[in-house]
Amino acid sequence: MNGASRLWRVMAPTLVGMGFLAAWEAAVWFFEVPPYVLPGPFLIGATLLHDGPSLLGALLVTLRITFAALAVAIVVGGALSILFAQSRLLEISLFPYAVILQVTPVVAIAPLIIIWVNDVFAALLVCATIVAFFPIVANTTLGLNSADRNLVDLFRLYGASRWQVLRLLRLPSALPLFLAGVRISGGLALIGAVVAEFVAGTGGAETGLASRIIEAGYRLEIPRMFAALLLLSLTGIAIFVVLSWLSRLLLRHWHESALESID
Amino acid sequence: MTETLVAAAALAKSFRNGITALAGVDLAVAPGEFVGVLGPSGCGKSTLLRIIAGLIEPSAGRLERSADLVGRIGFVFQDPTLMPWATVSDNVYLPLRLQGVARGAAAPRIATMLDSLGLGEFTAAYPRQLSGGMRMRVSIARALVTQPALLLLDEPFAALDEITRFKLNEDLRALWRRHRCTVIFVTHSVFESVFLSNRIVVMTKRPGRIVADLAIDLPETRDNALRLSERYTECCHTVSRRLAEAMA
Repeated sequence: MNGASRLWRVMAPTLVGMGFLAAWEAAVWFFEVPPYVLPGPFLIGATLLHDGPSLLGALLVTLRITFAALAVAIVVGGALSILFAQSRLLEISLFPYAVILQVTPVVAIAPLIIIWVNDVFAALLVCATIVAFFPIVANTTLGLNSADRNLVDLFRLYGASRWQVLRLLRLPSALPLFLAGVRISGGLALIGAVVAEFVAGTGGAETGLASRIIEAGYRLEIPRMFAALLLLSLTGIAIFVVLSWLSRLLLRHWHESALESID
Repeated sequence: MTETLVAAAALAKSFRNGITALAGVDLAVAPGEFVGVLGPSGCGKSTLLRIIAGLIEPSAGRLERSADLVGRIGFVFQDPTLMPWATVSDNVYLPLRLQGVARGAAAPRIATMLDSLGLGEFTAAYPRQLSGGMRMRVSIARALVTQPALLLLDEPFAALDEITRFKLNEDLRALWRRHRCTVIFVTHSVFESVFLSNRIVVMTKRPGRIVADLAIDLPETRDNALRLSERYTECCHTVSRRLAEAMA
């Protein structure tokens, strides 16, 4: 990619975004929309700056649940995929239930989980994990099963043990798809953490961003609501960017997705 | 009776999808031979090779392998079949690693092998940085690093351009002279099989059977000049005729 087109890749979406914000600000000013219906971007920005510190504590709570859920999803999802790769019977017996868990909306099961699990943090963690773990299981299982057939034969020819096949062949083969799964799950864990907190409602000593949004809604502090929402989006973007970067770092030597173009 | 390394008797293979790949193959290979297996695409040549390697079981017939062959078979596939996440030297280390050879002990052998295939400068490169011909060289190095008693090659150069292919033919022949292992080389190219082999078996189209077993009387040391010689052309003629008969 040459310099000019690289510049455009940044410039074009920036211009669109700025145009949109300008139109928004102008519309709010022109139609005199009251802030409790729709605040303008400037007011939201100012509120974020002003309320930021008080929202940061809530963000930290949400982040704790998000990362804990992602970690559990990686460990449980990864382990489950490895088990599936070892036994086809286990895979066909359990995989449908992973799908059921995935297609059931978390909003629908969250109330149950909150009743069953006493600790609020643990309950939210369970909800966020349920949302986050499926992409990891699905992708990693696919990756473990798509090792080059000839390489599998080669390992067999040299009398490789099951463990050697797993460690030296299947795990590296699965890495790109596993990382793609983690990247999706990172965003889903955040969504899961927020949705579960919405369902749980405010309660307990430490509450996350979802509770701030609900409170702000009750008090008609719409700019604060938008500020919290903005904070949430920024967090989601940051998680995605960091996980993408991690993926490129791990795959930079060999995988098509992470190769630098040489032209 | 002379000593045999591999002996197939009435070997047949049918797959579950109903395709019969082999129907009654008899083949005996003696130590030190370079046997070319020539036949049209889809005639079951690869299936024969995989049965000899022990990767699949025959449906009928018998395959006897000499006890010397246990853990001493090298295989080169149609594609280089390298691990893209591993460097050239790690790829070549793989068979030794699987056989429990420590890295330190393996290092000199890997270095020698890479040098002899002209890969000395590329030890730290990843497969994607190499050309198709170079990748195939890595694949051959990986097959030879264990010093196999039997080397099986399944149309390894089919995807390469002719210039690269000629060069690799020359080098493979020289490697065989040096290592003195037994080679079974599957191909659908008359010219390639004549250039490389001391003996060519011709297979019919599917279901494959062996219909001709020809000794190739060409000098032991072969280089590209041989391709211009009359003797080589004559051999190609003979083999082409037998292949045409097999196809009819």
